[in-house]
Amino acid sequence: MNQYALWAIYKTEMARTFRTLLQSIVSPVISTSLYFVVFGAAIGSRIQEVNGIAYGAFIVPGLIMLSLLTQSVANASFGIYFPKFTGTIFELLSAPVSYLEIVIAYVGAAATKSIVLGLIILITASLFVPLHIEHPFWMVAFLVLTALTFSLFGFIIGIWANGFEQLQVVPLLIITPLTFLGGSFYSIDMLPPAWRTISLFNPVVYLVSGFRWSFFGHADVGVGISLAATLGFLVVCLAIVGWIFRTGYRLKN
Amino acid sequence: MQSVISISGVSKTYASGFKALEDINLEIRRGEIFALLGPNGAGKTTLISIICGIVNRTAGTVLVDGHDIGRDYRTTRSLIGLVPQELTADMWETVFNACAYSRGLFGKSANPGYIEKVLRDLSLWDKRDAKSRQLSGGMKRRLLIAKALAHEPRILFLDEPTAGVDVELRHDLWEMVRRLRDDGVTIILTTHYIEEAEQMADRIGIINGGKIILVEDKAELMRKLGRKQLVLELRETLSELPSQLDRYKLERSEDGKRLTYIYDTKAERPGIASLLRDLDAAGIGFRDLDTEQSSLEDIFVGLLREKQ
Repeated sequence: MNQYALWAIYKTEMARTFRTLLQSIVSPVISTSLYFVVFGAAIGSRIQEVNGIAYGAFIVPGLIMLSLLTQSVANASFGIYFPKFTGTIFELLSAPVSYLEIVIAYVGAAATKSIVLGLIILITASLFVPLHIEHPFWMVAFLVLTALTFSLFGFIIGIWANGFEQLQVVPLLIITPLTFLGGSFYSIDMLPPAWRTISLFNPVVYLVSGFRWSFFGHADVGVGISLAATLGFLVVCLAIVGWIFRTGYRLKN
Repeated sequence: MQSVISISGVSKTYASGFKALEDINLEIRRGEIFALLGPNGAGKTTLISIICGIVNRTAGTVLVDGHDIGRDYRTTRSLIGLVPQELTADMWETVFNACAYSRGLFGKSANPGYIEKVLRDLSLWDKRDAKSRQLSGGMKRRLLIAKALAHEPRILFLDEPTAGVDVELRHDLWEMVRRLRDDGVTIILTTHYIEEAEQMADRIGIINGGKIILVEDKAELMRKLGRKQLVLELRETLSELPSQLDRYKLERSEDGKRLTYIYDTKAERPGIASLLRDLDAAGIGFRDLDTEQSSLEDIFVGLLREKQ
């Protein structure tokens, strides 16, 4: 293990966050607060409890997931796309680092950032609504697992992307709609049966559901299924990353 | 002499079908300055990129210090420093941090003292806290060299090191390259400036169209392929060359006031001594004479023409 390289990449990536503190941390916190004002206070006051939980509290796990997914993908994709764009990637490719080390450093840094962000949003949320976390261990486990999985997914997008437009397209056209339709703001039990069935094809449903279970002990789908789905997606992403490095796809040609 | 890099049967065909390199065989000796000379698009950068691990090769093997660049990539890559052709550096990173990053990336523990030395050697120490985007082109080039040297490599690749660099900095760079060579670092530079190869290199390899055309000691190359030219300023205008001078294939200037004689040091054509005697016998007097050695540039152009 080239631990000096791991640390060098990790440190540089984290330093990049502090250079863009406003964009990386402040803006997600502001937008989350806006969601609380709009959905929690304005609309939420007219909605009865959902599954015995006050609506304001009910949306907290979904909101954290929304930021966690979009920020993980954005951080990780930008982190690896930027050296490709400026040409500094040559140094990474010519360095005595293994593919595994590159992935651990970049994905680790991106995941760290989104986990910190998730915790900040959690603290912000607790200022608006009283929160009680039923299964703190599983809450952290889902947080870490989701951050890692989607950072890995973002890493893949960053390598695949050939321009800034492509870099934006996947988060904008796939992640955001899936998150909004994945039960962030509602229980899928509230949907008509047909839409409920369709929702079960949305992977984000399992993430939000599992995460919400760790808060309130109640879930739309079984927590075991949630965990399995998240791990499944992680394995798929790992396989794709493995293939990318084995073939040198869009890196060494 | 022991090879520090040995390249055998390396070829590269890009996905587009373009053959960048065809069956390259090349040995780089330990501690030498080797210049890889060739026109744009000859395959110089591709060859370097393969050795450094940036581009996958289609076929062949490369050994660096006896280690295979595929199987033992950690060993081979930590021996190599690469200064790329393009001025690419993280725009927001400071000069010092950029070098510290490179050192870590290549698996060396932090050593601020060493980085200070490298930056001082390259006259960048005053700029250590400046961000790369605030640097001039010449300073960016030096930053890239500092980054490449930050991990104390034993082999340094300089890809077109003086492209777009002013004369003063060019001489500083050459000075630095010689110092590194004195420390035992092997240096491989690519260039299409022949002057650079002529001044710097111990040996020269000429590459064109993805093939190595020739590898030779610089002095040997100059001796073998170097030509001399003798120019005679005549005392009187000569309207026609006497036939007894035919065998010299002399060239008469249009105004008839100058004769040019090209001869090579391999002496396949008669020497100047006999020419001067014959001129005297023919009653042609001259005011002045001038001889000129052909430069590597002429050799290079001649070689490329020959191969086409």
